[in-house]
Amino acid sequence: MTQKSKIDFKQILDHSHIANPYPLYAQFRETPVALQEDGSYLVSTYNEVVSLLHDPRISSDMRKSDAQKRFMQQAKQKREEMIAQGQQVEEPEEIVPAFIFQDPPNHDRLRRIVTSQLTPERVENMSSHIEQIVKEHLDKHAQGGQIDIVDDLAYPLPVTVICQLLGVPREDEAQFHAWAEPLASVLDPGQVQTEEQQKQIMQAGRQMREYMGQLLQKLKAQPGDNLLSGMMAADDIDGAMSPRELISTAVLLLIAGHETTVNLITNGTLAMLRSPELLERLRQDPELIITYVEELLRYDPPVHFRTRTALADIQIAGTTIPQGATIILVLASGSHDGQRFERSEELIPDRQGNEHLGFGSGLHYCVGAPLARVEAHIALGEISRRLIEPKLALDPPPYRDNAALRGPRHLPVNFKGLRS
Amino acid sequence: MRISVDLNRCQGYGQCCFADPSVFKLRGEEVLEFDPAPGDEHRLKVIRAAKACPVQAIYIGESYEEQEERSHRHE
Amino acid sequence: MSNHSSQGLRKDEHIVIVGASLAGLRAAEALRRRDFAGQITIVGDEKYAPYDRPPLSKHVLTGHLPIEHTPLAMLEDVRATWILGVAATALDVEQRQLSLSNGERLHFDQLLIATGTRARPWPEERGGKLDGVFLIRDRDDSQQLRERLARKPGRVLIAGGGFIGCEVASVCRELDLEVTLVERGPTPLYGALGSSMGSIVARLQQQHGVDLRTRTTVESFEGDAAGRLCRARLSDGSVVEIDVAIVALGALHNTEWLQGSGLAADERGLVCDTYSRVLDAQGQVVEGIFTAGDVARWPQHLCDGDLIAVEHWGNAVDQAENAAGNMLSAETDYRAYKHIPAFWSSQFGINIKAVGLPNRGDEVMVTQGSVERYRFVAAYGRQGRIIAAVSFDQGRWLEAYNTLIEEGATYPPQLAAADQPENMQSQPAGFPAMARHA
Ligand SMILES: Cc1cc2nc3c(=O)[nH]c(=O)nc-3n(C[C@H](O)[C@H](O)[C@H](O)COP(=O)(O)OP(=O)(O)OC[C@H]3O[C@@H](n4cnc5c(N)ncnc54)[C@H](O)[C@@H]3O)c2cc1C
Ligand code: HEM
Ligand code: SF4
Repeated sequence: MTQKSKIDFKQILDHSHIANPYPLYAQFRETPVALQEDGSYLVSTYNEVVSLLHDPRISSDMRKSDAQKRFMQQAKQKREEMIAQGQQVEEPEEIVPAFIFQDPPNHDRLRRIVTSQLTPERVENMSSHIEQIVKEHLDKHAQGGQIDIVDDLAYPLPVTVICQLLGVPREDEAQFHAWAEPLASVLDPGQVQTEEQQKQIMQAGRQMREYMGQLLQKLKAQPGDNLLSGMMAADDIDGAMSPRELISTAVLLLIAGHETTVNLITNGTLAMLRSPELLERLRQDPELIITYVEELLRYDPPVHFRTRTALADIQIAGTTIPQGATIILVLASGSHDGQRFERSEELIPDRQGNEHLGFGSGLHYCVGAPLARVEAHIALGEISRRLIEPKLALDPPPYRDNAALRGPRHLPVNFKGLRS
Repeated sequence: MRISVDLNRCQGYGQCCFADPSVFKLRGEEVLEFDPAPGDEHRLKVIRAAKACPVQAIYIGESYEEQEERSHRHE
Repeated sequence: MSNHSSQGLRKDEHIVIVGASLAGLRAAEALRRRDFAGQITIVGDEKYAPYDRPPLSKHVLTGHLPIEHTPLAMLEDVRATWILGVAATALDVEQRQLSLSNGERLHFDQLLIATGTRARPWPEERGGKLDGVFLIRDRDDSQQLRERLARKPGRVLIAGGGFIGCEVASVCRELDLEVTLVERGPTPLYGALGSSMGSIVARLQQQHGVDLRTRTTVESFEGDAAGRLCRARLSDGSVVEIDVAIVALGALHNTEWLQGSGLAADERGLVCDTYSRVLDAQGQVVEGIFTAGDVARWPQHLCDGDLIAVEHWGNAVDQAENAAGNMLSAETDYRAYKHIPAFWSSQFGINIKAVGLPNRGDEVMVTQGSVERYRFVAAYGRQGRIIAAVSFDQGRWLEAYNTLIEEGATYPPQLAAADQPENMQSQPAGFPAMARHA
C-alpha cells in the first residue's frame, strides 16, 4: 500500500530548517519510503538508503527520469514555438554529463580513468602542501581577533588543493574561486533558482569549460605530473576520455570537492567550538581527529541528499517505487537512523564501527574521499590545536540556501592568538 | 599488531590503500592484498585505514604472542 | 545455569574447542566478547597458532606475503589455554571427556568441534610421495611450494580445477611459469560455479597462457631414480614433462577421530541442527556439544533444509559466532543460524565473489556488465527463485542480490539495470548431476 504521507520533502528546502534539519529527518523516518506530491519518493532510513544505493535498478542519469523527460519535452516545445513565431533561439549547448550523472558502463570507464590517476602517491604528496596552505592562512591571524573559518580558511583551501592536483597554474586559481560557487548549486537538485542565478550558472559553466579546453590544449603540448595530464594520457580497455569528457570530469572534480570540503571543515569547527570538552579532548589526543572526522560525516555531513531514478518497479519497505520515478535518498537522515546507530543524535567523537553515508555508498562512492579526509584531518587538527581560547561569535551561524550541500555561509570565531 | 580484513565485506573502495599504501594494495580493480602483520610503525596509518573503510571491514587486533606474553605476566 | 554476575558469565564452566584455526579462534573471541568468565582450552593438532588460509594459495605463493605474516589477528583477549601440536583422538560424550594424542584426557562442560578439512591426498601413495608433488592446506605446504616455485622450475601441473587449483594456476602465470591445469569436468570451477560460468574462466585462463586440459584426469605421476617427479600421464594418453605437481582435488572433513563417539559424523562432515548443536547417529541433539566451520554440515534454509557443509572463510566466522552465542544462552534464547554463504577468490587479477548457493542453481543468467571484459554479475535460479549470484570485479552489487536471495525473489530477475547485456538469456548452469546430492 502506497500512502501519501504528510511528510513533505519541500520542508527540507525551507530555510527555517537549514540550521537544524535533523528533527525533520526523524519525522521523515517514520515513513521509510514516502511518496511525495510531485510523484517522487523520499527515502530516509539507513537500510533502505543503503539498499537502494547498491540496487542495479536505480540510475544516476537524470535523463532517464519521467520528470526530466517531461521537462525536456516542454523545453523543446517552447523552443519550437519560439522558432515558429520567428524568434531567434540559441541552440542549447550540448554537454556531456559528468560521470556522477552517468550509469555503468560509461560511468565505470570514466571513474576508472580518474582513480587510475588519483593515486595514493598523488594524495600523499599533497598532504605537505595542505599543511603549508593551512598554516599560511592561519598565520595571517597571528594576533588573534576574529577569523571567519569559511572565508579565511575553509573556502580557499579545497580550490587551491584541487587546482594544484589537476594542474591548473597558480595564477589562474582566482578565476576558479569565482566559478566554483555558482556551479556547486548544480549539485543541488531541490534548489529553485531565479532566472538571474540560472544565467550566472550557465555563464560560469561555459567560461570554465572554455578555460578547461584551453588548458587541456596546453597540457597536451606540455604534459606535467598532474591529474589532467594523467587523465588525458590514460588509456582504458573501453576507451580513453574524449576531450569533452575530460572537460566535464575536470569541472566535476572541482565542484564536487569544493563546497563539500568547505562544509566539512566548517561544521567540524562549529561542533568543537560548541563543546569545550570536545575541543579539549581533541587537543589532548591528536589521534582522535581520525574518528572525529568520520563522526562529523555522519552527524553533520556536507551532503544531505542525492537523487536517483527507478529503472524498474522496486518493492521496498512495503512500497512499490514505479519505474521512472525520482528517488530522493536522504543520506544525512540515514546516518541519523537510531535503528542503525546507537545514540544516533549524539556526536561521539570516538564512535566505533561508523558506517556513515557521508561519502555515499556503492558505485558512486566519493572519488575524492581520501583527499577530503586529509584536508579535514589537517585543517581541523590545526584549528583545534592552534587557536587560543576560540569562541563562536555567532551561534547559530548564517547558513547558505543550499539544502543538499548544507553548511554555514560564515563562521566568525573570536580568539586570543595562535599557538605556534 | 595484527589486522584482519573481511574480504566478503570489502567492496574494493580502496580507502585503506590511501591511508597506508604499503600495507593495503588493490591489485586489478577489486583484489585487495594486505599485510596482516605490519610493523608497529604502521599503527597510526592502519588505524586511519580501518576508520576510513566505508564498510568497516578492517579489524585491528593482537598477535598470539602479544596475548601469551600478557597472560604470562599476569600469572 | 546461566547466571550473569558482574564478574562475567559462568565462572566455573570449562569450554573446550577442538581445532585451533579460524572457526576455533573466532568462537573463543565471541565467548569472551559475551563475557564468558570460565576457562577456555583450545586444542589444535598443528604446531602453529591460528593462521589465515586464503593467502596460502595466493600472495604467499607469489612471494608478496611472507609466510610468517599469515597468523590471524586476535580480535579479543581470549585468555585461553592453548594446547598446540596435539590432536584430539577420541570423544566420550557420556563422560564429557576428550582423549588427546599426548595421552592426556581433557574434561569439558561444553565442547566446540571445529576440526575443519584437509586436502584430499593423491590416491596413489608412491606418486604422492615423489619430490615435487604438493598439496595446499597448511602453512608448511604453502611455504614449501613457495620455495620451490621461487626457484623457477620447469612446467607445473595442477590436478584439479577448483578454486585453489585455479588460484595456483594464476600464481604460476604471474611468476611466468609454464602451467598445465587438468580438470575432470568440462570446465574449471565446474563443481563450484557450473560449466556455464566455468567456460568464462576457461577462456580467462587460456588468454593468460594456461595449458588447460578439461575432461581429463591425471592417471599417474612418475619420478626418476632419485624419487624426483618428472612426468604425469593423463587419461587422454598424453604424457606431460613436469617439475612440480599440485594436487588440488578438494577437501576431506576431519571427522575420523569422532568414530566411535556416536555422533553423526562421516566423510561429508559433522551434522548439526540450525543452532549449531551436533546430532548423534540417531539424529538426536547432543547437549553442550557444538560445531562450526568447514567441518559442520547444517540444514540450509535456502534449499529446504538440506544438510550442507559450506567450506568458506565467511561461514567459519559466522557459524563460530552463532555457536558461541548459543553455548552461552538458555535454550529458549537460542538463535537459528541463517547464513547466506559468501566467498571470494582472486585469480588473474580478477576478484570473483559469490553469495548464496551457486551449485544448487539450475540456471544462470548474466544480469549486468560484460562477460568479455570479465566484469559482470550473474544470477543463479532454482525452481523460479534466485538462489545465488556471482560477480567478476563487480562486488559492489552483490549486496542487492543478497537481498533478492533473502526475499526469495523470482528468477529470472527483472532488473532493467543500466548495464544489462543486450541479449540476456537464462542458460543451464551446468553442474555435475551428482553434486546436488553430495
Ligand atoms: C589454500 C586455501 C585457500 C582458501 N581461500 C579461500 C578464499 O579465497 N575464500 C574463502 O572464502 N575461503 C577460502 N578458503 C577456505 C577457508 O580457509 C576455510 O573455510 C577456513 O579455513 C575454515 O576454517 P575452520 O576453522 O573451519 O577449518 P580449518 O581452517 O580447516 O581448521 C581446522 C583445524 O583443526 C585442526 N584439526 C583437525 N583435526 C583435529 C583434531 N582431531 N584435533 C585437533 N585439531 C584438529 C586442523 O589441523 C586445523 O588446524 C581457503 C582454504 C585454503 C586451504
Ligand atoms: C568532505 C568532502 C566531501 C564529501 C562529503 C563528498 C561527498 C560525496 C558524496 C555523498 C558522493 C556520492 C554522490 C552520489 O552517490 O550521487 C560523492 C561523489 C563524488 N565526489 Fe565527493 N565529497 C567530498 C569531497 C570530494 C572531493 C575533494 C572530490 C574531488 C577531488 C570529490 C569528488 C567526487 C566525485 C567525482 C564524485 C562522483 C563519483 C561517482 O559518481 O562515481 N568529492 N561525494
Ligand atoms: S577500504 Fe574497506 S572496502 Fe575499501 S578496499 Fe579497503 S577494506 Fe576494502
